[in-house]
Order: sequence, then structure tokens, then C-alpha cells
Amino acid sequence: MLSAEEWDILLLSMKVSGVAVLACLPLAFGLAWLLARVRFPGRILIDALVHLPLVLPPVVTGWLLLLAFGNTGPAGRWFEDVLGISFMFRWTGAALAAAVMALPLMVRAMRLSIEAVDRRLEAAAETLGASRTHVFATITLPLALPGLLAGMVLGFARSLGEFGATITFVSNIPGETRTLPIAIYSALQVPGSDNVVTRLALISVALSLGALLASEVLVRRSGQGRGRHVL
Amino acid sequence: MSFDVCVTRQLGDRVIAAEFAGEAGLTALFGPSGAGKSSVLNMVAGLLRPDAGHIMVGDVTLYSSADGIDRPARARRAGYVFQDGRLFPHKRVRDNLLYGWNLANPAERWMDLDEAVRFLGIGHLLNRWPHTLSGGEAQRVAIGRALLSAPRFLLMDEPLASLDRARREDIMAVIVRLRDELKLPILYVSHDREEVEQLATTIVPLD
Repeated sequence: MLSAEEWDILLLSMKVSGVAVLACLPLAFGLAWLLARVRFPGRILIDALVHLPLVLPPVVTGWLLLLAFGNTGPAGRWFEDVLGISFMFRWTGAALAAAVMALPLMVRAMRLSIEAVDRRLEAAAETLGASRTHVFATITLPLALPGLLAGMVLGFARSLGEFGATITFVSNIPGETRTLPIAIYSALQVPGSDNVVTRLALISVALSLGALLASEVLVRRSGQGRGRHVL
Repeated sequence: MSFDVCVTRQLGDRVIAAEFAGEAGLTALFGPSGAGKSSVLNMVAGLLRPDAGHIMVGDVTLYSSADGIDRPARARRAGYVFQDGRLFPHKRVRDNLLYGWNLANPAERWMDLDEAVRFLGIGHLLNRWPHTLSGGEAQRVAIGRALLSAPRFLLMDEPLASLDRARREDIMAVIVRLRDELKLPILYVSHDREEVEQLATTIVPLD
């Protein structure tokens, strides 16, 4: 049904999005926790910065990534020298762009789920002898889990659709940075490739729908037996 | 063994102050809603830090501004029964009951699951989820969870407030048995005069 080339595009998109979400996860969770639980000066600024990719033109985000993570950019050099990771014209760059664009959505969903945890339950656990870390592991984390998973799926879906920042930052290179949306865009430039466009678009719809359904199932499963708290 | 408490704490423009020394048995903090009764309980539990004063239970100092002592809530060994139950919604009744028991020092435990279940008559509830329990059942489980955490004393914040008449009698009988059979010092908060007169060994008015 799919050509080998289309399979490659699909797998590349999945790899880029998966890596983007996993790499983004610790940062997103940390920021969500900070914004939900810690009062500090400059909190509004952090909040605004996190949300910036959501409202900035993606091409500007891509250009800023180019400045920071390009071969001569300060962050780019550090990654190259210290970790041996290069972003330019590589799939890693596509993952980085996707991660930056997914961050606001992930932080938002995770923050809401952390804020929704009833802190009186945490206090109850403390009176029962639980340390801070034990309260986190046995009360806060399990109660926030559905929202955390939903945030990850949302970030994954957003990464799959990432176009503007990616093409600006790492261009359109088959097998490296040509993800689904960029492949569709490329096909649209070639006359008579309607079939390719249709197939790729259908794959996109299927993936996005699948992600949303998966998140719904995950949320329901982890929510089993867990109503509002009683009394 | 009993309570020796003298605390003040400013909350907004209100100052909450309480001073009392109970005898053994059940000490009731009695007063209208909004008198800061729950805040006093939270200070004894270690969930709210007083501005000044001291809190002793038996010969153990839990808090003393003069000596710079402030034990964290997890180390106070208080069995806190909240007005709203606060059962963990993602754990079945059995795991709620054992939450504090698992954390307690084995040498300090004085009740096991079977005893607590028999004492409170909650054997048939062990595999249920908290949201399927009635108010009276949930309050029994909450009491069991507190007892199993190896507490040195109990704190009870209007444990009857959310219950209907029949359930009140039921839980009240349990509290009387806690007081007389287990001989645990109990600090009890209520705004109901009848309830306080029936249960208390010492009454501390608070307004």
C-alpha cells in the first residue's frame, strides 16, 4: 500500500516526534512543577517564555534556533563539542525544533494536572509518616499521571505536525529532515503527484487520530477506580 | 499522657491563639465555626507552623519556639482524622489502611490490619475503592488508617460533621471505645455542644 519511500517518511516522523517528546519530558515536567507549585519573582516571565513558541511565527522560532544551535551558534557548539550531537541538516535538528514547539502544550497539560492534585491529600500522607519524596512518588505522581500522559500525547501529535520551524532550521532533506508535513509540501510542488499527497495526508490524519484515541484510553485506564475524592 | 499546648499564629488579619493542658482522655476544642479550631489541630499535626509557643504531647516536645524545636509532620506520630476523610482516591481501602502502617517503625506499631478491621468492622470493604464508600464507611476507614500508622495520639477534626444521624451514633461509639479501650490521648474539634459533652474529658472553649 505504501511505497518504501513513504514508509521511510512515516518512520522518520515517528522517530523525530518520539525523541522530541522524550527529550522534552524532563524539562517540561520541571517547568510545569515550577509554575504550579513554586512562587518566585519572575514567574510570569518564565510562563511567557514557555508559551512563546505557541504565538511566535514558526519561521522566527526556526531562525532563532538557527542562531543558537547552528554550527556557529553558542548552544550548537556546546552540543557538538561536549556531547557530539550536531543539529544542522540532521534529524536531531528536526527533533529539537519539534521539541521546542511541543514544549508549551506539554507544560500546559502537565501544569494543570499538577495543580489539580488535592494538596490536602499530600498533607494527609505527611501526617501518616511520609517524607516529601514518598508523598511525591505515592500520591502526587499517580494522581497527576493521566494529565502527564495526555501532555506527552499532545506533544507527540504537535511534533508530528511541525513544519515551519523545522524547514527554516534544518531545511528539507530526504531521509533526514523530510517529515510528513514537509514531504506533503514537497509533493505539492511536483505536478501530478496528487496520489502521493492524498496518501501522506491520510497517514497524517490516521496518526493524529490514533494519538488522540491513545491518550483517551490511557487517561481512562489510569483513572480506573478513581473518582473525586470522597467525603 | 496528655496535651500541653500554647500557640499563637497570625492568619491574615486574624490571630489564632490557644492555650490548654488536657488530662488524659479526650480533650475537646469547642467553639463556633471560624474560631480557628482546625488551625490549632493543624499546628499540633505539624501542618501549620505557629508564630510562637510550645506543643507537647506527654513528655515529647513537638514544637517549641523558645528551644527552636519544630518536628516535621511526618515525625510527630499524630493519627489525624480529617473532617473530609481524605482517603487516597487511587488506592483501594486495604492500601489506604496500610499506607501509614508500612511507613511506621515496626517496633512502634501497636495494631495490625486484622485488629483494626475487627475493631472498626470494615472487613467487607477492603477491596473497595474509596469513591464507592458511604460517608460512615469512609470515616471508619479514615480512623483505621490513622490508628494503623502507629500514632501516639489522635487528632479528630469534626469527624461526625458530614454524617447523618444514624451514622453519627455509630462513629461516636467507635470514638468512645478509642478513648476508653485504647487509652489514646485524643484532641477533638467540634462546634456541636451535645457531641462535646458526650465525648469530652476536658472541654476547651475557643472563640
